[in-house]
Amino acid sequence: MDNIFVICEIEDGKVADVSLELLTKGRSLANQLNCQLEAIALGHNLKGIEEQIFPYGADVVHIGDDKRLEPFTTLPYTSVIVELFKKEKPQIALLGATTMGRDLGPRVSSALQSGLTADCTALEIGDHEDKKAKKHYKNLLYQIRPAFGGNIVATIINPDCRPQMATVREGVMKKEIFSKTHKGKVKVIDVEKYLKPEDTVVRIVERHIEKNRINIKNSSIIVSGGYGMGSKENFSILYDLAEVLGGEVGASRAAVDAGFAEHDRQVGQTGVTVRPKLYIACGISGQIQHTAGMEESSMVIAINNDPAAPINKIADFVITGDVMETIPKLIKAYKKNTK
Amino acid sequence: MGLNIIVLAKQVPDTRNVGKDAMKADGTVNRAALPAIFNPEDLNALEQALRLKDKYPGTKVTLLTMGPGRAADIIREGLFRGADGGVLLTDRAFAGSDTLATSYALSCAIRKIKDYDLILAGRQAIDGDTAQVGPQVAEKLGLPQVTYGEEIYSAEKGKISLKRRLERGVETVECPMPAVVTINSSAPPCRPRNAKLVMKFKHAQTVTERQNQSEDYIDLTNDRPYLNIAEWSVDDIESDKEKLGLSGSPTKVKQIENVVFQAKESRHIQANDEEIEELVKELIANHTIG
Repeated sequence: MDNIFVICEIEDGKVADVSLELLTKGRSLANQLNCQLEAIALGHNLKGIEEQIFPYGADVVHIGDDKRLEPFTTLPYTSVIVELFKKEKPQIALLGATTMGRDLGPRVSSALQSGLTADCTALEIGDHEDKKAKKHYKNLLYQIRPAFGGNIVATIINPDCRPQMATVREGVMKKEIFSKTHKGKVKVIDVEKYLKPEDTVVRIVERHIEKNRINIKNSSIIVSGGYGMGSKENFSILYDLAEVLGGEVGASRAAVDAGFAEHDRQVGQTGVTVRPKLYIACGISGQIQHTAGMEESSMVIAINNDPAAPINKIADFVITGDVMETIPKLIKAYKKNTK
Repeated sequence: MGLNIIVLAKQVPDTRNVGKDAMKADGTVNRAALPAIFNPEDLNALEQALRLKDKYPGTKVTLLTMGPGRAADIIREGLFRGADGGVLLTDRAFAGSDTLATSYALSCAIRKIKDYDLILAGRQAIDGDTAQVGPQVAEKLGLPQVTYGEEIYSAEKGKISLKRRLERGVETVECPMPAVVTINSSAPPCRPRNAKLVMKFKHAQTVTERQNQSEDYIDLTNDRPYLNIAEWSVDDIESDKEKLGLSGSPTKVKQIENVVFQAKESRHIQANDEEIEELVKELIANHTIG
């Protein structure tokens, strides 16, 4: 009871990075709350899966191995997790804000009538004073996320309902091995007992898993464009610069919404979080929704014709000027000095 | 065979066009300063519903929205594009709802609508980006759900077949009806307004709106009942009031912070050849690039 649970995501026998990131965060929260960290692994042919999970600090791994749990479908996963939570009564449950987590999380939270906060960018422990009800709450999970298009940052709490559930996007938390030799307990979930016949009504007829064609996350240099680029055509100049520097092209949400770039390139709270060596922000105003996904870049260069753009405040170098004129100058200077 | 389709839609502030007066001095959002729009992905969902209507004659598309009185605007917008009717769920009792309380209220309204084969909704709304209401409505109604839908291939013989667009690929899924399906922005955009439908529905109003109208229009609906946009309050739906609004919301907002950027020491570069070359040289020298 009162432990922290991480619902792991498993693809081809491998625990997803986002789950390992959440285990890392879960471990530090568990230490702070003086409780145990437990993981849930559902799927089929999971033999040995706990070996991937224990090094990240899990005290218990609950394994549900059944062919009806592979591939992921909503209803069987919901039944197993809801029943397990009713029995184990966790205080906190974390899952990745992936297509799986964002499908499963709300269903589970609705069934348990517990709260769920999507796409958190930070999780902290803190107290809360309800002045109206004159109640003091200790050690709540602060679920922190930008909202309203990134114009505000909200701290959300679930004072009365358990578990306190949150989803977090891949790359937002850091993944760190707790101890290579750490071992916990394996508990086998009696899947048969939890699954109902009506849980398997949704049938996956066909499935292509494609590895991400575009993967800006691992690029050490990112040239990113915003709405200020003006058009999809103007975006091509960013590809030119990225190619010369050996980087990838990113985009802000506004640019993606406007059709200037593919969604896979979106940096920010609802896109990917990146930590490149160099981030060049072109025509990006710098709303927090965007900066939440790039502020840990080692170096930021902002190119913008608005000297008051918020992005300038987090930039190491600010170039105030026209992007379409500045970038060719950068390319020229780079070529001249590397040959 | 025609279908009964309910499309869940939300009127949202256009967070993509946030102007300087969007924040009040006390740090709260000034909703009045933001244009209110039809949530973009809900329009994608409406288009999928209208395509089913084209394919299966006799299909009826009903919009359901919860919000303040002015949210009737998006029902009219839906009627202009081909929806057959709409319901506005509006009451102070719903104020302060989080996604769970919202889903509960919507599920009660759907139960009242009663006849439905399919419930469609956008994947998420741009003001919260939570993507929770679709799956939670499904759970409250005990229906299966399919999220991240992109294209509905068919909805016949009691089941729906559709394509899902996921992070790393696509799935074709079959699911028995009734079901809840949420639609991505990668789905085709919604068709524009139809001029004939605009003429037909331009005076479509809720009871409250009609009360504020001049007398000329009051009798208009007597012979044109389709101009009535249903307006339901908390008393029109069967619900457990504890599960609505603030009391039905497990999540509470503890704190709202206006976004303040921490300034760091920035160096300003002029956009001329000399200064840019100096910058590039420096970046090469410290191995950031090159």
